[in-house]
Amino acid sequence: MTYYAAIGAVEQGLVYGIMVIGVYLTFRILDFPDLTVDGSLPLGAAISAVAITSGINPYLSLLFAVMGGFLAGMVTAILNTKFKILHLLASILTMIALYSINIRIMSGPNVALLGTDTVFDAVTALGVPSHYSSLLVFAVFSICSLALLVWFLSTELGQAMLATGDNPKMVTSLGVNTHAMIILGVGMSNGLVALSGALVTQNQGAADVGMGIGTIIAGLASVIIGETVFGSRSILRAFIAALLGSIIYRLAIAFALGLEIGDFSFNPSDLNLITALIVVAALIFPNIKSRLIRH
Amino acid sequence: MKKMVLAAILLCWAGCLGIAQAEKTYHVSVNQFVEHPALDAVLKGLQDGLNEQGLTVEYKIHNAQANMGTATQIAKQMIGEKPDLLIAIATPSAQASAQAVSRVPDRLKRPLIFSAVTDPVAAGLVKDLQSPGGDITGVSDQLPIKEHMGMVLAFLPDLKRLGVLYNGGEANSKATIAVIRELGGTMGFEVVEATASRTADVFQAAQSLAGRVDAVFIPTDNTIIAALESVIKVGIDRRMPVFAADVDSVKRGAVAAMGFDYYKHGVQTGIMAARVLRGEKPADIPVEFQEELELHINMKFADKMGVVPPEEQLKKANQVYR
Repeated sequence: MTYYAAIGAVEQGLVYGIMVIGVYLTFRILDFPDLTVDGSLPLGAAISAVAITSGINPYLSLLFAVMGGFLAGMVTAILNTKFKILHLLASILTMIALYSINIRIMSGPNVALLGTDTVFDAVTALGVPSHYSSLLVFAVFSICSLALLVWFLSTELGQAMLATGDNPKMVTSLGVNTHAMIILGVGMSNGLVALSGALVTQNQGAADVGMGIGTIIAGLASVIIGETVFGSRSILRAFIAALLGSIIYRLAIAFALGLEIGDFSFNPSDLNLITALIVVAALIFPNIKSRLIRH
Repeated sequence: MKKMVLAAILLCWAGCLGIAQAEKTYHVSVNQFVEHPALDAVLKGLQDGLNEQGLTVEYKIHNAQANMGTATQIAKQMIGEKPDLLIAIATPSAQASAQAVSRVPDRLKRPLIFSAVTDPVAAGLVKDLQSPGGDITGVSDQLPIKEHMGMVLAFLPDLKRLGVLYNGGEANSKATIAVIRELGGTMGFEVVEATASRTADVFQAAQSLAGRVDAVFIPTDNTIIAALESVIKVGIDRRMPVFAADVDSVKRGAVAAMGFDYYKHGVQTGIMAARVLRGEKPADIPVEFQEELELHINMKFADKMGVVPPEEQLKKANQVYR
């Protein structure tokens, strides 16, 4: 792994980490497996890209992206709570609908952002070298999102949301509207995912309708890697673990990309296989470690 | 005698220098977006093209397996590999690579060549096709619509109305239809459009054209081509010749098509890559389009749809199905 590839991996880990935090919120806190993310990530990207190309401030475009993602999540949650469609199916329906909607928003499958203003320009203007600007921006955004979400979950409303995931029957008997909690939670989750998509697109220079494919896979993998390696004893720790899990996942890809053993170099098409094997190794490691310590 | 010895030494020295130069190994990193027959053919052609140019090249080939996040990581990985040249195959990989190149410090800047990118200007890769100006240039696979229309007119000189079948949801097709409409005006035929958003609707869309047009043209539209057989069936039933923009459709029953050979596209990219490796600046190399198109003709289906392929087209054809 070269220095550049490692920096790139941490960068990607942080920006997709915002998505992973969102996935953690639905998947673990609300116990709501949500596949909307495969559509809301490119939705955030599309909104941000179109906003920027029509002259809107890149930072303001992020806000629009978050609102778009929030709406998408709300649609899924309303389909589930009010119309009794199974959560998986409700999220799949929103996801496939978003495919067409994203093409509508972009009036095509791809919008280029190369050479336009992005959120990184303000940071480079402060004197940060351009190849570190995205790392810095992503670190700030991911840490702030994490802190805000953890703070929110400590408020009364947040506590009600936590309880909704844990024991909906008990919470209902306490007079909490579980439907409202689920709609708010899934909305927030997809708002985070869309923010992640908007930042990703500004970094990679284009929004593409296909960029959401596999988001939920990366999200779930990161959540579970984080839990396994760093544990999830408290809410704060669990969210930090999810963010770190995302970084480990991207480092695994970077490692797989640069892997050469002696004269034997892997086939480019082996990338996903090697990534999977590295993640398996990362997951087994704490298990072996604890066994060794016990004996 | 002394002179001869000197000359011999000089000759030997020059020879050694020549060999030393020929043996220089260049390092090239490739960012390919996905495993796909067309893109794999580009990669193969690229390597053969560089080989034919007599360059010794060591490759680091990466494939994003259709994931844009991975394409971005590959771009960073390639910068870290410090190759002599970066090559990106397909639009998303090209955009990710271009963004990475634009951000690195000057000592790590490397030229980037893209391949299999349909619209390099809309993709934001170059500002101007003739003089790209930056560190980036490449080869585009944009359809040469004018040549396609010329082919249809060669088959049917009396063409008055041309039907075009496409899916309004496909960006490429939308761009293509605008060009066809424009060309219709100058080449003297009227364009009648029919759209289908799902493969199941293609049959009905094709039927809606029957009797209203002299021929049908199908651009490289994924939806229509997936249901090509239903268009062919209408074409035979109503004696309405069907032309396509890809040679594979000819095998399936289109009368004729001028197509694109992605292997040759790769070879062309390889030749351009060799120019850059030998020291030319990408800024001065105009974006290239495919020079050689293949013409395929299907005699059997031409007969069934009531059209006689002209002799000169048959002579030009690379492949004639009988």
